Amino acid sequence: MKRKTFLKGLMGAATLAALPLTAMAQEAIKIGEINHYKRMAAFAEPYRKGIELALEQVNEAGGVMGRPVEFIFRDDQGEPGEAVKIAEELMTRDGAVMLTGAILSNVGLALSSMAAQKGYVYLASEPLADSLVWESGNAYTFRLRSSTYMQAAMLAEQAAKTDAVKYALIAPNYAYGKDAVAAFKENLQRLKPDVEFVAEQWPALFKIDAGAEVQALERAKPDAIYNVTFGPDLAKFVREGTDRGLFDGREVFGLLSGEPEYLDPLGDEAPEGWVVTGYPWYDLKDGPGGEFVAAYQERWDDYPRLGSIVGYMTAQSIFAALEKAGSTDSEAIREAFSGLQLDTPVGQITYRAIDHQSTMGAYVGKTTLRDGKGVMTDWEYKDGANYLPSDEEVSKLRPAD
Amino acid sequence: MGLFIAQLLTGLANAGALFMVASGLSLIFGVTRIVNFAHGSFYMLGAYIGYTLMQVLPGAVGFWGAILLAGIAVGVIGMLVEILVLRPIYRAPELFQLVATFGVILVVQDLALMVWGPDDLLGPRAPGLRGVVRIMGEPIPKYDIALLVITPFVALALWYLITKTRVGILVRAATQDREMVGALGVNQAWLFTGVFALGCALAGLGGALQLPKGGADLLMDFNILTAVFVVVVIGGMGSLPGAYLAAVIISVLNVFGVTYLPQSTLVLMFVVMVLVLMVRPYGLFGREEVAGEHGQVGEPERPIKPAGLQVRLLVAAGVAALAALPLFGSNFTQVLATDILIFCLFAASLHFLLGLGGMVSFGHAAYFGGGAYVAALLVTHADTPMELAFLLAPIGAGMAAIIIGWICLRLTGVYFAMLTLAFAQLLWSLVFQWGEVTGGDDGLLSIWPAPWLSGTTAYYYFALVLSVGGILFLRHVAHSPFGYALRAARDSERQAEATGIDTRRVRMFAFAFAGMMAGLAGGLFVFSKGSIFPNELEITRSFDALIVVFLGGVKTLSGGIVGGAFFKGVEDMLTRYEYWRLAMGLLIIFVVIVAPDGIVGTLRKLAERAGLLRRAEDET
Repeated sequence: MKRKTFLKGLMGAATLAALPLTAMAQEAIKIGEINHYKRMAAFAEPYRKGIELALEQVNEAGGVMGRPVEFIFRDDQGEPGEAVKIAEELMTRDGAVMLTGAILSNVGLALSSMAAQKGYVYLASEPLADSLVWESGNAYTFRLRSSTYMQAAMLAEQAAKTDAVKYALIAPNYAYGKDAVAAFKENLQRLKPDVEFVAEQWPALFKIDAGAEVQALERAKPDAIYNVTFGPDLAKFVREGTDRGLFDGREVFGLLSGEPEYLDPLGDEAPEGWVVTGYPWYDLKDGPGGEFVAAYQERWDDYPRLGSIVGYMTAQSIFAALEKAGSTDSEAIREAFSGLQLDTPVGQITYRAIDHQSTMGAYVGKTTLRDGKGVMTDWEYKDGANYLPSDEEVSKLRPAD
Repeated sequence: MGLFIAQLLTGLANAGALFMVASGLSLIFGVTRIVNFAHGSFYMLGAYIGYTLMQVLPGAVGFWGAILLAGIAVGVIGMLVEILVLRPIYRAPELFQLVATFGVILVVQDLALMVWGPDDLLGPRAPGLRGVVRIMGEPIPKYDIALLVITPFVALALWYLITKTRVGILVRAATQDREMVGALGVNQAWLFTGVFALGCALAGLGGALQLPKGGADLLMDFNILTAVFVVVVIGGMGSLPGAYLAAVIISVLNVFGVTYLPQSTLVLMFVVMVLVLMVRPYGLFGREEVAGEHGQVGEPERPIKPAGLQVRLLVAAGVAALAALPLFGSNFTQVLATDILIFCLFAASLHFLLGLGGMVSFGHAAYFGGGAYVAALLVTHADTPMELAFLLAPIGAGMAAIIIGWICLRLTGVYFAMLTLAFAQLLWSLVFQWGEVTGGDDGLLSIWPAPWLSGTTAYYYFALVLSVGGILFLRHVAHSPFGYALRAARDSERQAEATGIDTRRVRMFAFAFAGMMAGLAGGLFVFSKGSIFPNELEITRSFDALIVVFLGGVKTLSGGIVGGAFFKGVEDMLTRYEYWRLAMGLLIIFVVIVAPDGIVGTLRKLAERAGLLRRAEDET
């Protein structure tokens, strides 16, 4: 070996060894993350853990663009006005390069409106409202999670395969419930024009009078029931419905009901035979999905919820967008997000250029009991790209562009 | 027919837990005059403690024992709260204690999260009571039957306690005239503690009893609060039979509402309450509240006077400092200061109503949010220029206040407060439900100021001028003849009437004026945030303002402003930490105990003692 090459090699090795060090020494790229950590602790905590896992992985691997990444987590008390104030602080004082977060749709919408006005990039991770990317969509807002419309369309597809004709609906009395019912009706009627909707029940969110709702549904004698309630409302509804025999011999379609966040609190009283959207982490053993579950369990000594995978993919999306942009400038990040493709634990997703909605899908399956716990069986991952309206319709829905 | 009976039974079963929580609140109010905002927290604690005990204690005995023990445990917690937090402040101005109970809510929320974790807990089933019995072919859960039997027993036991025992006689005597009871040698302190503990125990019992029908979660404290208040008011504050009847009426009507008017779930309760109060202004079994009947506690209020030179200079210096803020403060400092200024104006408008007018409004958010919505609706649906929309915000809010005030001012005291709350809730549900126009809870977006105001600094100056101007105007009105008339109407209605003041009209004007100023704050708010959601009309927003006014000091002119700045500033600092609600709650309780006259009132007393300010009696 010539002395020169040896020296070159030595220098090369030294540079390589020093690289992560210099990366760490460089100033971190900061991301502002706003959420309802207290008000919705059961959802926000797994979400945060998902982000932190992705963050540790990327920083161990040398960061993004050679710089470490840091998330600044802030609590907005679930108030849109607070969230807007914190967003301003994160962007102008703390030096965040973009914003993400929110579970509640109204907070997400407030942040998106502000993002458009001030030219900040906002990735709405969890809010489900359809209007976030359609009626109220704007150039600076992107959304990761499969929307209300997409998940309702997936269930409508399953519903159309059954013989049920008479449907009863129950949904919390607020925007999400109304969107979920409208999307389900629209898709089901398109696929099966002879369906009939015999009852619509609208309990106040988290104040359900389950006994009365069950009586009202039973009175309509439907063939099938479409459920949008969740959280404590779902628990009460399932309990009263099971006791009073509402679900016997009826098809039930439950939006989000298969998510561990909602199914697990039901324990051995989880309903059986419901067709639901959710997250069957317990059956994900191989591939990227299984790797994520294993890594998450190893890191946190807890199993992942749906929020965990959303948090993880949020962070992944941001890293990918930053790498693609090659800069931390808002305009560059915005352009990078449009049409961004990346590989995630659920498969490849794309942030559609047409409406900034990612094609993240959802798992659809049937609930059953296993070891005294509700789980999903016969599930299938449905790619979100197949459950969105046509491009022409989307353009009509999105007046801002 | 079968369905009808089944629906009736469902309603009656639902009334059980509601009655227990409501009767506790009613008892506490009747005797101690404390409006216990934390009552929902005791209900939540009952559910969580009951859940934990049921995991430990086996079998049917364990299950029912756990419910009983949960009630007792919550009673003990209530007792501690009363002794540690409320007892030191009984001599504070009326209703001041609700600030302390608000602190308790925050503390309990964080403690429950620490102890039981964030996940919803599904209530255990009652052993042997799973499944249904068929009555005329309709399925009725067995546990519903159990509740149907238990509730009247609890109600009877309470009735016996109140009407047939010596303790009950004392409680009733204290409800009617607690000063007299004290004068007759009864240890009031322990009577209050006992009643408070009993009320909390009932809330805990209610929480534990509903476990088999639901469970325990961290949102249940606020979720039951409005229903409980409604029941207590419909029944008549302090009346147990009233609470029982009202709980049954609300629960049964709700069941039929769900079936025949499924969209009515948000409003039904409040419509019933408004109707009842229109016909029977003091609830079904309540008695008329006469102001001062129970003895205005605390020292008499000193007359307010225009600020002296000293104070004027201080205020001028403060405003100058605020005006210079963009020179040295960062962009975010201005955003934060804008938020605080708007909130101070909102608080000052409520303070005007509460401090000067003696009208306690529990629904002031209706005008703040109302003003914001007027502006936002005009911008969204009529493309109104920002300047015009902004001008119409206070006018719209003022008009809403005139309508609501016209109805509510037939009542006084706590009933007035509850009626304002009901109207605020009705407005909230209207905005929430009427999605096509108001956007529902997805709100109205892109409500930004005109280009000349769109910069952070420009908008900051805009908010500064209008907030400070509004606050100064409120102060000015306080010193005008109208302000004197208003205070006269507050302090002695009869004498005021005798001197020729039309007290009802004066109150009416004051109500509309306060609503207008709140609407102005709302208009400033919506253009600073760029969007508006029904949150701004919610009860929590009304409570925020109420807390702040009391915290600052009701009996001082600047209480609202100082309280507002303090609250918002501290909130901005504390929410950066994980257990901020715990810290915030403890801080509120601490301030309440060391400063029972509010921040301003207590500071003034300290200054007087130190000789920095002249004492009131020295002045001519």
